[in-house]
Amino acid sequence: MSARLFIPSDSAAVSVGADRVARAIAEEAGARGIALALARTGSRGLFWLEPMIEVDTEKGRFAYGPILPGDAPSLFAAGFLAGGAHPKALGLVDDIPYLKNQQRLIFSRCGVIDPLSLDDYRRRGGLAGLGRAVALGPTRTIEEVVASGLRGRGGAGFPTGIKWRTVAGVAAEPKYVVCNADEGDSGTFADRMLLEGDPFLLIEGMAIAAFAVGATIGYVYIRSEYPHAFATFSAALARARAAGLLGPNALGSGRAFDVEARLGAGAYICGEETSLLESLEGKRGQVRVKPPLPAVSGLFGKPTVVNNVLSLAATPWILAHGGKAYADYGVGRSRGSQPFQLAGNVKRGGLVELAFGATIRQLIEDFGGGTRSGRPVRAVQVGGPLGAYFPQRLLDTPLDYEAMLAAKGMLGHGGIVVFDDSVDMARQARFAFSFCAAESCGKCTPCRIGSTRGAETVDKIVAGRDRPQNIQLLRDLCEVLTDGSLCALGGLTPLPVLSALDHFGEDFANDRARAAAE
Amino acid sequence: MTGRTPWDDAQARAVIAAKSAEPGAALPMLHALQERFGYIDDAAIPAIAAALNLSKAEVHGVVSFYHDFRRAPVDGAVLKLCRAESCQALGCEDLVAHLSRAHGLEVDRADAGAPLVVETVYCLGNCALSPAALLEGEPIGRLDAQTIDAIVARAAARRR
Repeated sequence: MSARLFIPSDSAAVSVGADRVARAIAEEAGARGIALALARTGSRGLFWLEPMIEVDTEKGRFAYGPILPGDAPSLFAAGFLAGGAHPKALGLVDDIPYLKNQQRLIFSRCGVIDPLSLDDYRRRGGLAGLGRAVALGPTRTIEEVVASGLRGRGGAGFPTGIKWRTVAGVAAEPKYVVCNADEGDSGTFADRMLLEGDPFLLIEGMAIAAFAVGATIGYVYIRSEYPHAFATFSAALARARAAGLLGPNALGSGRAFDVEARLGAGAYICGEETSLLESLEGKRGQVRVKPPLPAVSGLFGKPTVVNNVLSLAATPWILAHGGKAYADYGVGRSRGSQPFQLAGNVKRGGLVELAFGATIRQLIEDFGGGTRSGRPVRAVQVGGPLGAYFPQRLLDTPLDYEAMLAAKGMLGHGGIVVFDDSVDMARQARFAFSFCAAESCGKCTPCRIGSTRGAETVDKIVAGRDRPQNIQLLRDLCEVLTDGSLCALGGLTPLPVLSALDHFGEDFANDRARAAAE
Repeated sequence: MTGRTPWDDAQARAVIAAKSAEPGAALPMLHALQERFGYIDDAAIPAIAAALNLSKAEVHGVVSFYHDFRRAPVDGAVLKLCRAESCQALGCEDLVAHLSRAHGLEVDRADAGAPLVVETVYCLGNCALSPAALLEGEPIGRLDAQTIDAIVARAAARRR
């Protein structure tokens, strides 16, 4: 039997040479006359170890990393196919603390299986959730999701089961399930990893949602910045259709359900659910006024479930294990697990799926190991470009929906971006405004115009022009943005701005004074 | 590299017709055109408007709303450089300065005939390996000045 080897094809692993490593190892095996069964997988999400390769041994999967193409000869010389000793040996994958200390409910298969093998997916528990949903029937399926306490993982945190119940209760045809895979927040990559590493999980989650609410058509809106995720997910859809999982008689249920992958076109705002629906309809991605809620009048005016990738991907586990089992994880009103994403200036960046309740510090120190630069941590932005910057003294804030709100921040999509002490927080505040200006859909005046005025005001403050008055003006402007915007882009841009001002006010002092002091 | 076919009205009409029955066809149509020709020619606007029963103004509004759609062909290689927070935390702005200083390349300025065009993008989902970029669709992680020098040199060599 030939030795089994696993090398990620995840685009992040490829970005540091996984394809070159796969070629080098295949060539070396050929030269040595060794038969290899090489499978390409998603990533485990231990990105500082990528390209990380794994071999099947008697004791389990054994890892080596980070591997360079030039390591191939020494790996063979060390007998790596049987888990031989090598300077880059990492031991059994399941024993790596970073992975061992996680609670991987959603990401249990990612990096383990061939993403496009429906057999692999089934062997590792795939489709059990959908099977149970069909056995339970739509109403009890929805009640399981309600009981799980699952809240929208895109950032808004709305209870998923309640949304499904609303859509199920509206009499109209057709109904839609729309998956928001427009993962635009800097510091987030969980959706991408899942689309590339375990796409059938999302398809199963969408099928469960469709079954529960009576929808027949699904769309996955994937951002164009993710060409690899789009390709892998589209290939998975074709296989799901060929296997009868999707189609006129989806999984033999007698119900029709099919899914189409659609490509975004480089607009951050299309991650907002109503902009996304406009974009799917072929229009400018401008925010809609709510009500009506998309659950009542969504895509093409029909009842529509709009859920984030991670929300939908949680539902197969919830159905397979029961809503209560999911709710047993977590704290307070934040139940279940959250795939956190550790990024920016951090030594060990990656995907950390944990039950709610860990603190920011546990994430960036215990998992992240501090900064990559080796300098002290100064600021941590949680929740993407619309999330707050946390200073050292607030790093013990727990990462759950309520605690984040109480600390004037938000959890968002679970991205955590670390900055060392070289960061200029006035510059970060200015960026928050200029990002808002670049990505505003233009519908609300405070966002469309206020963002540009905000960037100018930060410039004036930093330049020392009427500093107290301009700081007051900045605060007033943030209030107008918060109160006068329809969606989170205008409404939450004040979070990074005000957190920078409140926690790092010294960076807004007069540049010349600062330069003189240095 | 996609989009090397020169603009051709008949081909464009065929691309538009192939997508026109899809619900919400505008974006799939525009992507298909850009995939084929590398940009959206002015001539596409009335053709799409006719196919989708929209006004030319509405179609123009859609094309201009999305950052992805180009209105003119690019002849160099395209490097999409992430300049969002995670990449800022690891010095992407230093790379922007390096491109300008060492290579005379200004980000988001398409110089006619330049072998490499560098465009700002906000997040490529490779934030654990920042700074990140996409070169002609191929992902690059932990981008540094040395890698940029190699990319510029390769693009220039290909041009010669």
